[in-house]
Amino acid sequence: MKKIVSSVLAASMVLSLAACGSTATTSESGAASSEATSTASSSAATGESAGSGSYTGTPIKIGGIGPVTGAAAVYGNAVKNAEELAVKEINAANGSDVFEWQFEDDENDAEKSVNAYNTLKDWGMQVLAGPVTTTPSVAVAAETVNDNMFMLTPSASSLSVILNDTNDESTARGNVFQVCFTDPNQGVASADYIADNGLPTKIGVIYDSSDAYSSGIFEKFKAEAETKGLEIVAAEAFTADNKADLSTQLAKCQEAGAELVFLPIYYQEASQILIAADKIGYDPEFFGCDGMDGILSIEGFDTSLAEGLMLLTPFAADAQDEKTQAFVSAYEAAYGETPNQFAADAYDVIYSIYQAVLAGGVNGDMDASEICDALKTQFTSMTFDGLTGTGMTWDASGAISKNPKAVVIKDGAYAAM
Amino acid sequence: MQFLSYLINGISLGSVYALIALGYTMVYGIAKMLNFAHGDVIMIGSYVVFFTFGMSGMNPILSILLSMVVCTVLGVVIERIAYRPLREAPSLAVLITAIGVSYLLQQVAQLTWTSSPKSFISVISGIPFLQPVSLFDGQLTISAETIVTIVVCLVIMAILIWFVNNTSAGHAMLAVSEDRGAAQLMGVNVNATISLTFAIGSALAAIAGALLCSSYPTLQPTTGAMPGIKAFVAAVFGGIGSIPGAFVGGILLGVIENLSKAYISTQLSDAIVFLVLIVVLIVKPTGLLGKKVNVKV
Amino acid sequence: MNLKTMKRSTKSNLITFGIVICFYILVQILSAAGLLTNSFSGQLVPICTYVILAISLNLTVGILGELSLGHAGFMSVGAFSGTLLWVTIGSSMPKPLALLLAFVVGGLVAGLFGFLVGVPVLRLSGDYLAIVTLAFGEIIKNVMNACYLGVDANGLHFSLKDSSSLGMTDGKVLINGAQGITGITKASNFTLGTVLVILTLLVVLNLVNSRAGRAITSIRDNEIAARSVGIPITKYKLMAFVTSAVFAGIAGVLYSLNYSSLVAKKFDYNTSILILVFVVLGGIGNLRGSVIAAAILTVLPELLRSMNDYRMLIYAIVLIVVMIFNQSPQMIDLRNKLTARFRKGNSSAKGNQKKGVA
Repeated sequence: MKKIVSSVLAASMVLSLAACGSTATTSESGAASSEATSTASSSAATGESAGSGSYTGTPIKIGGIGPVTGAAAVYGNAVKNAEELAVKEINAANGSDVFEWQFEDDENDAEKSVNAYNTLKDWGMQVLAGPVTTTPSVAVAAETVNDNMFMLTPSASSLSVILNDTNDESTARGNVFQVCFTDPNQGVASADYIADNGLPTKIGVIYDSSDAYSSGIFEKFKAEAETKGLEIVAAEAFTADNKADLSTQLAKCQEAGAELVFLPIYYQEASQILIAADKIGYDPEFFGCDGMDGILSIEGFDTSLAEGLMLLTPFAADAQDEKTQAFVSAYEAAYGETPNQFAADAYDVIYSIYQAVLAGGVNGDMDASEICDALKTQFTSMTFDGLTGTGMTWDASGAISKNPKAVVIKDGAYAAM
Repeated sequence: MQFLSYLINGISLGSVYALIALGYTMVYGIAKMLNFAHGDVIMIGSYVVFFTFGMSGMNPILSILLSMVVCTVLGVVIERIAYRPLREAPSLAVLITAIGVSYLLQQVAQLTWTSSPKSFISVISGIPFLQPVSLFDGQLTISAETIVTIVVCLVIMAILIWFVNNTSAGHAMLAVSEDRGAAQLMGVNVNATISLTFAIGSALAAIAGALLCSSYPTLQPTTGAMPGIKAFVAAVFGGIGSIPGAFVGGILLGVIENLSKAYISTQLSDAIVFLVLIVVLIVKPTGLLGKKVNVKV
Repeated sequence: MNLKTMKRSTKSNLITFGIVICFYILVQILSAAGLLTNSFSGQLVPICTYVILAISLNLTVGILGELSLGHAGFMSVGAFSGTLLWVTIGSSMPKPLALLLAFVVGGLVAGLFGFLVGVPVLRLSGDYLAIVTLAFGEIIKNVMNACYLGVDANGLHFSLKDSSSLGMTDGKVLINGAQGITGITKASNFTLGTVLVILTLLVVLNLVNSRAGRAITSIRDNEIAARSVGIPITKYKLMAFVTSAVFAGIAGVLYSLNYSSLVAKKFDYNTSILILVFVVLGGIGNLRGSVIAAAILTVLPELLRSMNDYRMLIYAIVLIVVMIFNQSPQMIDLRNKLTARFRKGNSSAKGNQKKGVA
């Protein structure tokens, strides 16, 4: 019996091997045929759109990676939706396909993320628009360097994504770029903002010590706060495993006399803290980072609790400019949810790549490495206006420079400060 | 004063653990299996309450009753399809199946309700006469959720103890937990008894879900997983299979977790909780209130 | 060698090695012919890792008969210690030597933890032992997540709070809490992985088929009987448990050197469970089954990628169905009837009785 079982297993193993090979070949042939049809269609479209500067070549294959299952799925899904939306818009506006796009799940795990990256390479990916979260991004970034694959992450904000050694700017990977602020940038900007705008100086911090993003911001915030003369009276952590109950952390901030509580965390935990603070009647100023965006659109959340909450965010879903409104209404129509900052960053990822593709004369017939070199030149020299800021530029290390907007929540909506 | 407030936070958290642990311990004591999907049944129950009470404004009590029905059906179906075929198999096989069911429920929840977090609206807020208690001129507030959870927990515990010791179905449960084969020989319907156990455990999960999310209001497909494991630890802590043990274990776990957050380290509180658990088990290998089983040769 | 006179266990062991070696050769041929996809070649090292983990956990669960839910904890301490060595002194000595040292240190540290945990804990049994190992795994994860280690001119600095508490002005942060170790030079490859798999198999199979192995299985089958014939229970339990931990540590090093970053979060309860799934699905106590099940179940989620959103849903269903099909007594009867019909001539249609554990 055992023999049979094992032989069946062994057979299925071989099959799975074969299946690996065959899926790849079918997808390649499929891609080839779709390439053929799309070149045909694009050559047909060339006639109409010639001279408008839009794209006429073979579609470029963009791959996205992010967690669409598991605990971090909410971020991955936002990025996935926004990338899909942007690709569709660009393709429709151009008349022929500029991008072919595919998204793979990584469950917020480095191993799965590298697997997803390899799967996308098999598919023929030429540009990587991801991953979403920090830890997977660090692992995948190291792989992209070897392949010289252009990587632009919407939201992985740690320095270790773009630098090989976080203490040394000269170890930049070169091919990896970020659309979000880096963690140090946010921590420093938050501390500066608090110090320069006369906000309370007795500060409590509640952060997620098991999360690279949150602990990264806290680390730099703490250092900058010291030089700016802010007093951190309580620095309380929680971890992904015990975030159900955050009342003790809050009570400790209250006990220490914190007049402002800095929350470098994501919005769902923040909503929990606001509710808990309301329960114990503690009413300090709250200050958050870009992860806070989305708090107003949590289903069931009493937004009056968020009144007076300040945050540094590059994106506000209720901003009045035309670009944001068009994006928000298109996103809501397609996915039935209000987009958050992750979605906006991802949307900018695709559009900035599009701009660089047009400016750099990149074509889908080039290989990934050539495209990477062309995009690198563009990204380090161009200026991009997107949803999450205007006049964005990138330096050679891949870090973005854009102005964080400080907003305060008033009457259930963002208001400029 | 501050100490009292930490302590109350701890009891509040502990009472939620205790409520979940009651479900764990029932199922373990009688079916002799670790039902790792219990936390996810809780999550499903919470979603039912969220949509009926929170979104549609149904009466909170009715909403919880509906959630109990849904969870009971779910629990019995899971038992029938996934666990019963493996009743005679090695206990590890059922453990793995339970984990499979846990993944399955999380995925179904994600596909049905998306991964966006929901902010749970406290069911207590729907019952106007339940108000937070304020002591020492408002220096110390005990939330209505905490009081309700503790009271509910005690009531359920009392009912369970009465049920197990004073009804024939309860006696059947005791018999099955003592010796399944012998119980069968004595005419106890083992399958029906175990189904009943799952029904009760799952109904408790629905109540636990509503109260868990009322106190700690973020609801996501993964919401049940970690409280589920903590409650499992609480059940072992108190002596798995023992109903008062689950209560004591849950409360103690919550208190230890919160006091270590308050006075030692917020980062390491989980490590401290688990360390205490290990020490307790080494000193008293069957948990605080567990009974010692002598191995027959 | 005469196949007929060979002992059954030896023959079975040779088949297991054969499978591993054939797989290795097959992959090398396909790779040389350029037929391997990126996706599959990227999974080769994880496959080897999980195979080693499954074999080593099977030693605890299948051979010793104790349920452990904290195997990822041993993997974690092994990975962190080995990788730490690799990133600090790896560049100052020849690569093979540094690599060897990393694996040795990873294995030894994990083994030491196995010993420290095993001494008090192996007195417990069944589900209580399971929960204590789970607790151990969670403690390791929690502590490693809060662990900050740096080095500068004054030597090593350590903190359990945050990186600024290290009190360093310059120098290098080696372990940065939740961000873990970054900037690891990748060193693992499939050949190394295969060598380690074979090494693990050699050691574990030898242990199982030795005098000590028979003592260990006798403890599993009946601890009281084993005690009464004078078998030193604690010694043999520890021997199995520590060996299992050592290989988990080695697997951890293999795993972490395959990626440029290492975080403690990876080695959580879910990873422990995943390894347990390999063991149970491959057959408790059946080492060859562990090898095959670990390999297939590592590849399976990747093969399901075309299912998009339904991928993990299908994975969960497959898990449940396979479990019921493989382990349910009714199903086993049914299968036995079917196979008996197929091989009527073969009189030795033996019942497939798997040993219950716990």
